[in-house]
Amino acid sequence: MSGPATIDEICAVAIAEAFRGDGEILANPIGTVPIIGGRLARATFEPDMVMTDTVAVLAANTLPVGDPDAERLVEAWMPYRDMFDVVWSGRRHVVMGASQIDSAGNQNLAAIGDWRRPKAQLLGLRGAPGNLVNHTTSYWVPRHSTRTFVESVDVVSGPGYDRVADLSDTIRANHEIRRIVSDLGVFDFDNPERRMALRSRHPGVAVEEILEATGFELRVPDEVPETRLPTDAELHLIREVIDPGGLRKAEFTPR
Amino acid sequence: MTEDDVVAELSSGMTIGIGGWASRRKPMSLIRAILRSDLKDLTVVSYGGPDVGLLCATGQARRIVYGFVSLDTIPLEPHFRRARQEGTVEATELDEGAFYLGLLAAAHRVPFYPTRAGLGSDMLAMNPQLRTVVSPYPPDGGEGDDPGEELVAIPALRLDAALIHMNRADASGNGQFLGPDLYFDDLFAKAAARTFMSCERIVDTDALLDEGSVHTLKVPRLFVDGVVEAPRGAHFTECPPDYGRDEAFQAEYAATAGDPAAWEAFRTHYLEADGHDAYLARLEQRTDGGGPR
Repeated sequence: MSGPATIDEICAVAIAEAFRGDGEILANPIGTVPIIGGRLARATFEPDMVMTDTVAVLAANTLPVGDPDAERLVEAWMPYRDMFDVVWSGRRHVVMGASQIDSAGNQNLAAIGDWRRPKAQLLGLRGAPGNLVNHTTSYWVPRHSTRTFVESVDVVSGPGYDRVADLSDTIRANHEIRRIVSDLGVFDFDNPERRMALRSRHPGVAVEEILEATGFELRVPDEVPETRLPTDAELHLIREVIDPGGLRKAEFTPR
Repeated sequence: MTEDDVVAELSSGMTIGIGGWASRRKPMSLIRAILRSDLKDLTVVSYGGPDVGLLCATGQARRIVYGFVSLDTIPLEPHFRRARQEGTVEATELDEGAFYLGLLAAAHRVPFYPTRAGLGSDMLAMNPQLRTVVSPYPPDGGEGDDPGEELVAIPALRLDAALIHMNRADASGNGQFLGPDLYFDDLFAKAAARTFMSCERIVDTDALLDEGSVHTLKVPRLFVDGVVEAPRGAHFTECPPDYGRDEAFQAEYAATAGDPAAWEAFRTHYLEADGHDAYLARLEQRTDGGGPR
């Protein structure tokens, strides 16, 4: 292991931090950096979480990303269909991507433009509508810009706080957008109005840079801390155990 | 049966469910038989992969009912994407779990199953046919006359026919999956008026437990109306443990979405091959011998 932490490693640790306190739930990060973050959290401060091998089992050991042949310590069969039982039980925290996200946390990964005939068909609703009304969700946006952090999303796949405000007590109790991690900073909704707020800026990133890259009025506290750096133990786990092939670098494009 | 015998049982305008998931264990030899036929105006219900993309590319699908359409290693199915953006196919886009409940309702012959999925999102606006129901029971911890919770009523996704691909089957239609995931193939069979199943190999009934435990026999003949033996019948999608995905072939297929000449060449060479054996012979001629075994 050598060299200071890089932005991909800082983001992985920020995603790991989103799982802190979750205990025995199914942590379901989607995407390379989120998976690294989830596996890192379980290997360090959240040992009770369960995680899939991204295919069809729950694996108890710390798997390297992108290695379909890595030996799994199988603790349960989890075919795709069974994941919905977990979703609907509420015992899950998913990290999804967001092609667009707004100040109330509404997420779009379905389409750009009018969904009836989109300018760009994206992934579709996927499981977002069900996820948000059943369990905790966080988002990973590898390129923070006014195209991704927008005033209003074109399609609401995952509903934000304004969209669930009038729904049932059960839904409001289950709905939580814990964190948004981008390549510039970390964001949350820990305020009475439930509007997106800057929680920390990544080292070397100015608050002004984040505001310029955000298409809505972001809440900014008086003091904005820096996102914490990975510990030596975390860097070792990321570099030598979870992602020895450096796949995490591919999710970043140079600014 | 042969693939063409199956297609002879289908007709234009039908709602057809297709098993597998994204680019995994899709009944591709049956799909190609549809592509060679005159069938049109199909409603396709699928955890979508190249099955959906191909039926969009030939214009035989009028409507797609889906939660996603993906090629796994290529996240967006390019032919489907193109059809959506050009407005050449109608879309019923559902939450993936809501889609599952629609199949379950059809299998159980009830009009709907209730769920919270869709409340708050644009799923209801995108699908004006969807209705909500109010629970006849008070919420947890509520009093007897407290109003019940509003839920989305996901209507039964009734299928005229289902097409699935299994690793093994016997001649009377008992199907076996040997890979890590059945996906929803058993539910597609139960949700359909008629189900046609292709398989890698037809074996004697007394050999069904040779390769897998009793837990792998999830598609009983009770729900199957015809069996087709189609070795490599899921190509180019994966069909573990028999073979993996043919990524080179899939990439070639995907690239045809933006290139009419390449699509025409791909279509005439592979899709119009006269039957599954002819298709396999053309795979043999590829420089890589036709991908993973």
